[in-house]
Amino acid sequence: MSNTLLQLDKLSKSFGNLKAVDQLSITLEKGKVYGLLGPNGSGKSTTLGMILNVINPTGGSFTWYQGKRTTHQALKKIGAIIERPNFYPYMSALQNLRLICKIKQCSYETIQEKLILVGLWDRRHSKFRTFSLGMKQRLAIAAALVNNPDLLILDEPTNGLDPEGIHQIRKLITTIAELGTTILLASHLLDEVEKVCNQVIVLKEGVKFYEGPVEEVSQSFGFFELRANDRKALTQFIKTLSEVKEVKLENNYLKVLLKEELSEEVLLKKLTKANIYCTHFVKKRPSLEDQFLNLTQS
Amino acid sequence: MRLLSIELFKLWHNRISKILIFGYFILIFSIAILSTIEVEIGPINFHLADQGIFNFPFIWHFNTFMIALLKIFFAIIIVAMIGNEYSYKTLKQNLIDGLSKGEFLRSKVYAILAFVGISTLLVFIISLILGGIYSDYNELQIVFSELEYLFAYAVKLFGFFSFCLFLGLLIKRSAFALGFLALWQVIEGIFYGLMKWKLSDLIPFLSAEQVFQFFPLNAMGNLIKEPFSRLSAVQNIVDQIGEGFSKDYGISILNISIVLVWSALFLWWSYLLLKKRDL
Repeated sequence: MSNTLLQLDKLSKSFGNLKAVDQLSITLEKGKVYGLLGPNGSGKSTTLGMILNVINPTGGSFTWYQGKRTTHQALKKIGAIIERPNFYPYMSALQNLRLICKIKQCSYETIQEKLILVGLWDRRHSKFRTFSLGMKQRLAIAAALVNNPDLLILDEPTNGLDPEGIHQIRKLITTIAELGTTILLASHLLDEVEKVCNQVIVLKEGVKFYEGPVEEVSQSFGFFELRANDRKALTQFIKTLSEVKEVKLENNYLKVLLKEELSEEVLLKKLTKANIYCTHFVKKRPSLEDQFLNLTQS
Repeated sequence: MRLLSIELFKLWHNRISKILIFGYFILIFSIAILSTIEVEIGPINFHLADQGIFNFPFIWHFNTFMIALLKIFFAIIIVAMIGNEYSYKTLKQNLIDGLSKGEFLRSKVYAILAFVGISTLLVFIISLILGGIYSDYNELQIVFSELEYLFAYAVKLFGFFSFCLFLGLLIKRSAFALGFLALWQVIEGIFYGLMKWKLSDLIPFLSAEQVFQFFPLNAMGNLIKEPFSRLSAVQNIVDQIGEGFSKDYGISILNISIVLVWSALFLWWSYLLLKKRDL
């Protein structure tokens, strides 16, 4: 397949007895947006470190561009942000980006465009050390984009930012995804992943736990949140419905989990017929977060 | 050239290294100040430049020896340029951006070679000028004899800077690396003392000096021997006392080889370190 950007084949890394990543096999294809999920310490960063040439694998292998490029050649076509933004503090934003262009062997022409994209063009002559964390992170994104990468790798891009910073970065990622860039987004913040990714890979203790389209993770029929003044009657009635899997009381709401499709309209009709009137009636899809907790805790 | 320009870009935009680099090159010229030293004690008028230190070809020996003492300034820059990459974590970022570990090391080595080259060239020029002014002999044949001192100077600097590069990579912290460099000098001295004391008892056919010449810092020091006792003024005094001695001031191929082998080893070890480490 000519669309394969990166292939991991039983990639492993142990630190002494600890297996940080255990026989991980993944294939990344062009044009998709991947989410790499997992709790802290599940091996996300170690995996990224290996494919980015900074951590030596202890087993298995990986190939970029189907082996047509060596790792460091491939990385010139990739953009990556790992954990914290690392730049030369004594250089200005512009100088730092120029240096990266020299390393990646790309032209300086895109620098202005990317700095405008992340909103740092006005601060281009300021030294990196004068930047706030949010600005540093945005500069890191500009740096990762400066070569118009085939793949953008983001590791916890909103870590440690204030709400405003998080919001800015998320908006940026969405914008970039819409432009058609292939993205690998590692995160433990699931709504982040849910919003932009169409493929997810879930890691747990270094092992691949799940891989597939986002919709399939949340392959469920959703649930209702209900409240009525006569809760007893409501509960009794709901339990008689064949589409219902489980009924739970959560924060004063009745949480009704479904095992078959049941639309709002149909349920409302049924309730009305049974003479039950809700004061609160919402149908929800479970968030990836719920699914994720389900997956990793079971 | 790309790798060199990357490294120079990093150095150029750092104010401290810029100051140190310029300072170093300016200090090289400060040897000229020696020529102006003039002491008058009663009837004796002592003018250093008239003592023959700037005579060709002796000037090659004298200047390379004196100016090589300044190399410690440059050692600071080299150790700092490695230490910074670690403390800013930019080494990691460079690799992620697509520099290979080999390329990273080469960019540093090229920078070292460039500075050794410039430094050697400056020594050549300043010596030519000073010699032109003060030397008693100006025949071309004499002027351009004993140029091997310049070659030895370049080798000496390169060997020393390779050692600094290796220490910087090994220790990762500039200050500690410099401290270790000083410590190493002491360690070599202690070993020499121990060998002087015991070695010939243990292995009769081996003298301490024979082993000591293979120690890295000592080998670098041996490349250009001290020039003072070669001065005619000093020799005259020695002759008068009647303690005539002869010392070989030449550059020996063996010494050059030892330093070159050490340089190669330091660079090779640096590469292995870089290769093996996770960041």
